[in-house]
Amino acid sequence: MSTATVSSTDQGFSLLRLWRNKESRSVIIQIITVAVLFAFFAFLISNAATNLERIGKNYNFAFLWEASNYDISQTMIAYTSQSSNFQAMIVGILNTLMVAIFGIITATLLGFFMGVVRLSNNFVANRMVYCVIEFIRNVPVLLHIVLIYGIVVNVLPHPKAAMNLADTFFLSNRGLYFPAPEFGDAFIFVTISFVAGIIGAFLFARHAHKVQDDTGKALPVFWASLGFIIGLPVVVYFISGMPLEWIPATQGKFNLKGGMPLKPEFLALWLALSVYTACFIAEIVRAGIVAIDYGQTEAAHALGISSGRSTQLVIIPQALRVIIPPLTSQYLNLTKNSSLAIAVGYMDIMGTIGGVSLNQTGREMECMTIVLVLYLAMSLMISAFMNWYNSRIKLVER
Amino acid sequence: MSTATDTVPASGAYEPGSHPDLAPPPGTTGPIRWMKDNLFSSPLSTVLTLISVYIVYTVVTSAGSWLVLDAVISADSREACQAIDSGACWAVIVSRFNLSIYGFYPDAERWRLNLAFILLFVALGPILFDNFPARKHMMKFSMAYPVIAYFLVVGGMGLEPVSTHLFGGVMLTLVIGLTGITCSLPIGILLALGRYSKLPVMRMVCTMFIEFIRGVPLIALLFVASVMLNYFLPPGVEFDLLFRVLIMVTFFASAYMAEVIRGGLQSMPKGQFEAADAMGLTYWQAMRLIILPQALKVSIPGIVNTFIGLYKDTTLVLIIGLLDVLGIMRSSLADPKWNGLAHEVYLYTAIFFFISCFAMSRYSLYLERKLHTGHKR
Amino acid sequence: MNEQAATKDISDEIAVQINGMHKWYGDFHVLKDINLTVNAGERLVICGPSGSGKSTLIRCINRLEEHQQGDIIVDGIELTDDLKHIDAVRREVGMCFQHFNLFPHLSVLENCTLAPIWVRKTPKKEAEETAMEFLEKVKIPDQANKFPGQLSGGQQQRVAIARSLCMKPRIMLFDEPTSALDPEMISEVLDVMIDLAETGMTMLCVTHEMGFARKVAHRVIFMDQGEIIEQNEPEEFFHNPQSDRTKLFLSQILDH
Repeated sequence: MSTATVSSTDQGFSLLRLWRNKESRSVIIQIITVAVLFAFFAFLISNAATNLERIGKNYNFAFLWEASNYDISQTMIAYTSQSSNFQAMIVGILNTLMVAIFGIITATLLGFFMGVVRLSNNFVANRMVYCVIEFIRNVPVLLHIVLIYGIVVNVLPHPKAAMNLADTFFLSNRGLYFPAPEFGDAFIFVTISFVAGIIGAFLFARHAHKVQDDTGKALPVFWASLGFIIGLPVVVYFISGMPLEWIPATQGKFNLKGGMPLKPEFLALWLALSVYTACFIAEIVRAGIVAIDYGQTEAAHALGISSGRSTQLVIIPQALRVIIPPLTSQYLNLTKNSSLAIAVGYMDIMGTIGGVSLNQTGREMECMTIVLVLYLAMSLMISAFMNWYNSRIKLVER
Repeated sequence: MSTATDTVPASGAYEPGSHPDLAPPPGTTGPIRWMKDNLFSSPLSTVLTLISVYIVYTVVTSAGSWLVLDAVISADSREACQAIDSGACWAVIVSRFNLSIYGFYPDAERWRLNLAFILLFVALGPILFDNFPARKHMMKFSMAYPVIAYFLVVGGMGLEPVSTHLFGGVMLTLVIGLTGITCSLPIGILLALGRYSKLPVMRMVCTMFIEFIRGVPLIALLFVASVMLNYFLPPGVEFDLLFRVLIMVTFFASAYMAEVIRGGLQSMPKGQFEAADAMGLTYWQAMRLIILPQALKVSIPGIVNTFIGLYKDTTLVLIIGLLDVLGIMRSSLADPKWNGLAHEVYLYTAIFFFISCFAMSRYSLYLERKLHTGHKR
Repeated sequence: MNEQAATKDISDEIAVQINGMHKWYGDFHVLKDINLTVNAGERLVICGPSGSGKSTLIRCINRLEEHQQGDIIVDGIELTDDLKHIDAVRREVGMCFQHFNLFPHLSVLENCTLAPIWVRKTPKKEAEETAMEFLEKVKIPDQANKFPGQLSGGQQQRVAIARSLCMKPRIMLFDEPTSALDPEMISEVLDVMIDLAETGMTMLCVTHEMGFARKVAHRVIFMDQGEIIEQNEPEEFFHNPQSDRTKLFLSQILDH
């Protein structure tokens, strides 16, 4: 039966035959790609080596351990101008993380709030928030930062005439002064009870889940958690003799003394990033909830599930799946945009190692390498975390 | 209750099959009902309405008097402004308006920028609108536009050359944004195809490039352009700053572009690839004739959004010393005559960006709606 | 068309030959030891329950799916990794899909001329003439300048058939061409397929249209769980099924 003729007349050059074979062709293409890339990078690196040598520079990181010779106004760890460039970098990393974390928290809260207002049927509030969102997100974030910075520095009063909120908070063109906490020795107990409270709330939630599975009885998880997490530390706080004092700043003749200051640079950056990102988050939240078919709500209602419950059990879990991926990229954007700190002189990664250290040591290659690696690492960590979270709540589909 | 029985006839009032259309009972339609539903539906909503109305009222009245009623349009300096009235001093904008548009571009050559700007719309028309007259022929002009614009802006071919150091203002913003988006489109397409390809090495290389660019902030890439890039060029070769910035901006935009286009590729049904295969088209034929035309069309809203982002991000070049529209306006704050007019200057720039970005985002929304109404043309 | 006349169309030339072919999706064994010979001019109907591997089988014939073991020889060309062979086979084999897979961004006419112009390198004018000819055969020449989205499902499938025919294929594959259609449109597509059958085209159809099978098929193949269970002439197949599985299947699809 197998008399069918196979046209195997191709006895040509063997390379040509390899090229015509699907498998070997893909291997050839890939080898060429790698070779071209390799040659390209070799070219770049050899150029860089020659150029550096020509002006008598080299590529090493020893400068990191030399004294930095500059001051940083807002630091979270001990730092003086005698500290090393490496310590300056750590200060920069911590400052970046601080503004990013604060920014993400406020942007999320504000964004969800605005998103919910956009979904409400209240005409005036809805339109107002819409206008605010459209205006803010169509203006570059850098402009927001310099604008808010300008307002803080130029419009707010001099510390002498600082806006005074009940002798506790002071707002002036030197920043916002919070009372500084002073911890007594016994405060450790409060901390412990707080951690214990979280664990307790978690265990209780699990227990309640089991009870509900077994008996159908729903325990008041929300109130119990509140009791565990807030109530327990508060009780311990009073029992241990109130080991925490808030010491507000005092108004001196020229400046404010003491307290916990948030510098104008930080304020401007934090507010601008939060508001700008919040506008994008608001639209994401709104779109995520609108994307859920109204039939889902109807079905839940038809089953007799209450409005609040159906939101909690049916709408939110589905909307989150739509919301999380774009939300992740907003968090990433906020973190990356925090590098605009350099425009107002907030000392983050770009400001320290990528700014003053770079200018003072003249080690552009090394400093920029560090900056790129740090930001890349941060971005990868945020996306890894959000991917993990996303895969946990993902809809199982065939 | 009583109103209902007034208007709704008792059951059986009409013979079966002869029931006419009746008006709805009163109170279920009309402006009062609308207000009840949309402003005062619950105590919370009522509070929200009152607060919002209060905010809107305060903002409109105070901003209105500062922006318009008490504003000064012509004066020689800030002091002169303040002597006239207490509102915004728009005189700074008036005196710097041309600078904010053309930068330091020589006065005598500014007609070239105007011409390039007008031609831009002629070139964009056939790309952006399906029903543009003589679309096929106009497309050729669109393809040639980048070359025309290059000679108009930079000079050459008989036109006076203009140094890139003189570029600034809106003109620089447009040069960076448009070059970035134009050059990043082909690179983005190739990267997207690479990331979507079946060859592991290709996929890995493209993915690494895209993720690297997307993982670092643009300002870091601009710093690379300003302090580092010249090291990687052969000894003796140096690019000027604007050119280095354009390279980095193009890389930056192409990574985002690649992700947008990859989304478009993924939205293609598998059947399209299969049908192309079954017809015996080669990979490049299938991509060029079948897949990309469709995938790009789906991606246009995303591409416009990428452009809006890039356009706003061009402001960052001021940090490395190029004077875009924000940079050039900000520099006027250093002028002793206008010192301290930050609000006017920033607001002017903000409105400029708002108008252009809002218009573009409306266009992208319009496209999205059009795409959602199906494949019908 | 009676049985006698139909069998006359079949020549001795072998169009498709499959020897001991196996295919797996990962660990899942989809096709098990397929042996099949189709002569030129022969019309085959392949039926079987869903998941039986019938679609996979005909998709292997133009290598939309790769097989892992055994030989497939189409029109004298063996299907291997060799791209030239694959291209050659695809030029000679036309295919119609369940979901039509028309290109929505091209007009009906452009859909039909695309492959002749780019693969066969036919001049555009000639390709358009051929396309109009086939569009007339499928009875929709007036829709040539519309876009697929503007047509009904039945019309789209007829365009898909015309599109395949424009390549002047020697073998046509049909992968459940009527199952995505509304009932009232099925017959217009089947009519076109019957017309095509009368031209003596080699056809392999995966379909559940048993009326069509009776009318035009030379041979009906029944597949289940990746195997060819039974094959026979239509009359024999329907009236005298051999295996229990065939009997069960036929009772399920015929007893309504």
